[in-house]
Amino acid sequence: MTDSTTHTQEDSQNPEARPPVARKAKGNITRGPGRRAQQARREFLRSVALTVGVTSISLLGFVPIPADAKRPRLRPPGALSEEDYLSSCIKCGQCVQVCPVDAVKLDDLGTGFGLGAAYIDAREQACDFSCDGLQCVLACPTGSLTHTLDYTHDTRMGFAVFDKPKLCLAVAGKGFKGQARGPDYEGLLRYEEIDRWNPIPLKDYPYDVEICDLCVQACPIEQRYNQCQAGKPPSGDDNQCPPQRAIGLELIEEKNGVKHMKPVVYDGCVGCGVCEMICPTEQASIIVDYNILTKIPLSEMYMAKSKRGHS
Amino acid sequence: MNRALESIAQLFGKASHKLKKDEISPAAQKIYFYKKGIKVTKAEIEALHDEHHKNAKNKWRKRRWLTLIAVNLLFVVSFSLDIQLLEGSLTASRFMGFHMADLNSALQVMLAYKAVLINLLIGVVTIFIAWFLLGGRTFCSWACPYHLLAEWTESLHLWLAKRGLAKNYTFHRGVRTVFYVIFALLAIVSGYTVFEFISPTGILSRAIIYGPTLALIWVAFLLLFEIFLSRRAWCRYVCPIGITYGIVGVFSPLRVTYDLTDCKHEGDCRAVCLVPHVLDLTIKNRSSDVEVGIGADCTRCGLCVDACPTNSLNFEFKGLTRKPKKEELPLMPDSNESLVDKEPLVNSEPSANEEPSSEQANK
Repeated sequence: MTDSTTHTQEDSQNPEARPPVARKAKGNITRGPGRRAQQARREFLRSVALTVGVTSISLLGFVPIPADAKRPRLRPPGALSEEDYLSSCIKCGQCVQVCPVDAVKLDDLGTGFGLGAAYIDAREQACDFSCDGLQCVLACPTGSLTHTLDYTHDTRMGFAVFDKPKLCLAVAGKGFKGQARGPDYEGLLRYEEIDRWNPIPLKDYPYDVEICDLCVQACPIEQRYNQCQAGKPPSGDDNQCPPQRAIGLELIEEKNGVKHMKPVVYDGCVGCGVCEMICPTEQASIIVDYNILTKIPLSEMYMAKSKRGHS
Repeated sequence: MNRALESIAQLFGKASHKLKKDEISPAAQKIYFYKKGIKVTKAEIEALHDEHHKNAKNKWRKRRWLTLIAVNLLFVVSFSLDIQLLEGSLTASRFMGFHMADLNSALQVMLAYKAVLINLLIGVVTIFIAWFLLGGRTFCSWACPYHLLAEWTESLHLWLAKRGLAKNYTFHRGVRTVFYVIFALLAIVSGYTVFEFISPTGILSRAIIYGPTLALIWVAFLLLFEIFLSRRAWCRYVCPIGITYGIVGVFSPLRVTYDLTDCKHEGDCRAVCLVPHVLDLTIKNRSSDVEVGIGADCTRCGLCVDACPTNSLNFEFKGLTRKPKKEELPLMPDSNESLVDKEPLVNSEPSANEEPSSEQANK
C-alpha cells in the first residue's frame, strides 16, 4: 500500500507519467514495446533527478555568501565591489602568478561562488606594492581588478583600522627590538634601501626602535609620500606621488592627562595590509577592514580617482 | 547545411534515426547492397585490426594523452619557473602574452556581470578561432584535465561493470542542453558564475597549477559516480563546456571522417566512444553517403580511429588531407535505380541506441 501511494506522488509531479495500468506491470515486462516505454520513462525520471541533484549542488555556492554582499576577505588591488568582483572574476589566477611576494591566493570550496577567486591574507603576506606597477591589475583578463587605476595610491583594497589599542606597543610607550614576526615567519617585504626589486624575508630585517612605529615605517604609501616630500619621487615620476598620507604616529593626550603615542590612519590609506602584516603584537593591533568599502560603490570611486589622477 | 543542422540537433540531444531510402546516396546504397548477408566473425575483426594497427597501437590515444598532459604541465612549468610562457589556467590565460579565454567561462562571466568585457572578448575571439580550426570539442579530449581522469576511471568502470560490480545508468542526452540553459539562467539571475563553482575542469586546472584544494572532493565524487553508477556521466550528460565547444566545431575543418566502403559495422568504434551517438552512422544503413564527417558532438579524441579494424574512421582536415584513390567496386550494376528496386534496404542493425559495452554492463 505504501508503495503505491509513493508512486502516485511521483506521477503527479511527472507530466509523462503513464496510466496506472502500465505501472502495475512494472517489473513484469521484459521485452516488447512495453519494455522500451518503461526504460524511456525510467531514463526520463533519472534525468530529472540528475538535473535537480546537480543544480541543487551548484546552488550550495550561495550558502557562504553574505546577504549584504560584504567582503569576507581582502581582495587584490583594484577589486570591484564584492558582488561585481565575484561575477566578473573568471577564476584563472593570473593575478596569483604575477605577484612578486605571493600575496594573492585563490579561494577554496568554503567560500561558495568565491571558489577560485583571488584574495589576500594580509597577516600571512600583505601586498607591499613591490611590483611597483600593479601587476595583478594588468594581468586581470576581465577587469575584475579594474583597469581604470594607474597608481598604487589609486587603489582601495580596504581601510586600516586601529583595532586593539590595548595591545599596541606604541600606546604602551614601548619600543621594539628583533624580528617583527619572529624567526618562523615566512612573509616577504620590499626594503628600497636593500633591493628595490627583490623583496626579502621579514625575518632577515630585524628592527630596533625606541617607540614601535613599524606600521608607519613599513607603509608603502608613507614611503612614497616621504620620497616625494624629499624631492625624489619613485622612478622620477611625480604622478606616483600619493596625494595624502596614509598613517602616522601622533601624540595623543587622554582626558586624564596621560600622553602617549598612537598610530593614526589617514585618508590616503589604501588597505594594502602591510601594517597588519608587520605588527609585532601577538594579534595584530591594526587590521584592514574590507567592509568600509561597501559604503561607496567601488567602481564609482575608482572612476573618480582615475579622473582626478589624469587631470 | 542540412547536415550541420542535424549535427547541432544531435549535440542538443536528438537521437539519430533510421534513414529513409531517399536519404542515402546511390553510391552508399550500392555499398550497402554488396555488404548484405556478409557476416564477420570476431576473429576476422581482430585479424583486420592487428593488420591495420600492427605498428601503431593506440596511436591517437598516446598522442592525445601526451598533448593533454603537456598542455596542463606547460601551465605548471610556466608558473613554477616563472617563464611566463602560458600564464593563468584553463579558464583564462595568456600564451606568450596573447589573451586566451575559455569560451564557456567567458560566457558565464559576461552573463553574470551583464557586460561585454572587451579584454575578455579579445581572448574569446582568439580561442574561438583556435578551437574552430582544431575541431571544437577537441578542447574536451585534448586539453581538459577532467577528461583524462574520467578516461582512466572509465576503464575501472568497465572492468567493474564486466564483473557486475558497477552499473551504467543512462540519462536522456537532452539533459545536457537543459543544464546549459539552467546554468546560463542561474548566472543571469544570481549574478554569480554558478557553473564555475562545480566545474571540474576549472577546479582541476587550478589545483594542478596552484596546488590542491578542498574542491577536489567534488571532483572525486563525480569520478566515483561515474565509476559505479554511470559511465562518463559528467561529460555525456552535464558539462555545458561540451556544448559551447561543440557549437564552435560545427563547421570545423578538422574532424573524424567515416568511410563506409570497408566498414564491417561491428561497432568497435561505438564501444570505445565517449559520445557513441555520433557514430550511429556506422550502423548498417545509417550513413547517408560513402564519406561522412562525424557530427559536432565528437571530441576528436581518436579512440574510434584507433579501434577501427578497417581504417574506416580517420582524421581529416578539410582541404588539406589527401585521400588515396579508391578502388572501384567490381561488377557494379549499371543502374542504381534497378538495384534499389530489386533489393529494398532492410533494417538489420542491432539495437541502435545502446552501446555494446553498456549492454554488457547492465547484464
